[in-house]
Amino acid sequence: MSSLIIQRPSLKFRARTYMAFVFTPRAPIADWLMELDATLERSKSFFADHAVALDLSEVRLSPNGIAHLIANLAERNIRVLGIEGIELADAAGLPPVLRSGRGAPELPEPEPAAVPVPAAEGAPRAKQAPASLLIEEPVRSGQSIAFVDGDVTILGSVGSGAEILAGGSIHVYGTLRGQAMAGVTGNRRARIFCHRSEAELLAIGAYYKTADEIEASVRNGPAQAWLDGNTLKISTMN
Amino acid sequence: MNDKKSARVLVVTSGKGGVGKTTSTAALGAALAHQGEKVVVIDFDVGLRNLDLVLGAERRVVFDLINVIHGVAKLPQALIRDKRLENLYLLPASQTRDKDALTEDGVAKVIAELRSKFDWIVCDSPAGIERGATLAMRHADAAIIVTNPEVSSVRDADRIIGLLDSKTEKAERGECVDKHLLITRYNPWRAARGEMLSIDDVLEILSIPLLGIIPESEEVLRASNVGSPVTLNSPLSAPARAYFEATRRLKGETIPVKIPSESRGIFNKLFGRKAA
Repeated sequence: MSSLIIQRPSLKFRARTYMAFVFTPRAPIADWLMELDATLERSKSFFADHAVALDLSEVRLSPNGIAHLIANLAERNIRVLGIEGIELADAAGLPPVLRSGRGAPELPEPEPAAVPVPAAEGAPRAKQAPASLLIEEPVRSGQSIAFVDGDVTILGSVGSGAEILAGGSIHVYGTLRGQAMAGVTGNRRARIFCHRSEAELLAIGAYYKTADEIEASVRNGPAQAWLDGNTLKISTMN
Repeated sequence: MNDKKSARVLVVTSGKGGVGKTTSTAALGAALAHQGEKVVVIDFDVGLRNLDLVLGAERRVVFDLINVIHGVAKLPQALIRDKRLENLYLLPASQTRDKDALTEDGVAKVIAELRSKFDWIVCDSPAGIERGATLAMRHADAAIIVTNPEVSSVRDADRIIGLLDSKTEKAERGECVDKHLLITRYNPWRAARGEMLSIDDVLEILSIPLLGIIPESEEVLRASNVGSPVTLNSPLSAPARAYFEATRRLKGETIPVKIPSESRGIFNKLFGRKAA
């Protein structure tokens, strides 16, 4: 990490952009939490260890109400990094207020052909390195690989109880026994490829199939999964 | 105890409970000591100690690992020498404390002191992936991952292998802990009927080298109950021979691993090989 330049006596600070999931609660909050629970039921650890921001522009909550909501999220292992859409004056004792957020399309129901909105101002995004992550070792049970910037390629196997999250496609050259979630930032063209599929769960964007729902004919062999409209399709690759 | 040595630290671990960690620690420790190596086995299962029973040393425990860590006793006072093998020592766990009594610094000190006095330090890990288990594996040069040929045990073993690659000192230095797979409770009869995972399945899932296959056997149970490792109690039995071979592999010998097959007298001698 050489990006922080320290020059005493005057400190210099640099800004940096990070990727976070944004939650946009709607009233009534209780119903929204129930919806959230239903999503979490599909993948309990989906948001654990990921940065989450709250966009409260669609609800009117008192500071107490906000604190209560944050506590409710904390119970679900979701830690709120910052809040968007509230007045600075209301934010005492709450996570920092975020402004000028931009980018990635909404997670639960991605728009077709979603194109990231280019930033009107701020850092130019020129010369971005090709985004892919290569993992040479097997991914063991309990391990989680998350790479929202692009594709993930795994040379070994993915163990039962392990999970892979990718903004782009997922390629597994060993046996996929755990969970694979591709296109988590809304890329509907993301796919999952594996040399041998014994997956516990395959997901692209918000669409998923559990092992129970995956046909036996596409198990135990090379397979790919892609999104066809609003249906997750899985086929063998021979 | 005066000659300067530099021990190899082994952790016997599994994630899942009841797969045979303690039995294997005792059997391997005794087998190594029998071959002339100077061995100490450490029970890390603070609060649920068992290794003293399996080694038949439970009536001679005065001080334990926690006492040494807390400075109540010196290390030589807590080490119990085996009655049968003079090269074999036990450092028992405390039964009255819990795993929070283990401190990282304390464990590091104990291991460092033992390293200079022994050829092998065999750490018997508690089940689980919490403090006791992570401290047991912390200083390991090599790990023996014990698994039964069934899915839950294999998945837990996979989890533990991941931790060995992230939570050990060696991993933090960017090195790799040597990993050896020990499959215990292998039952040829059940394997032939497809009631257990096959050896190939287990190896394919875990993809680490195989140290040995210990057949399920009454001898193992009998040995534990009389407080004697199976490698001492019935050294010619199939499980004891498998443990002896495993220790030779640990020391670097290349011996092919034989998959145990059913052996039931003359009928099997005639037709048994087909099942293998």
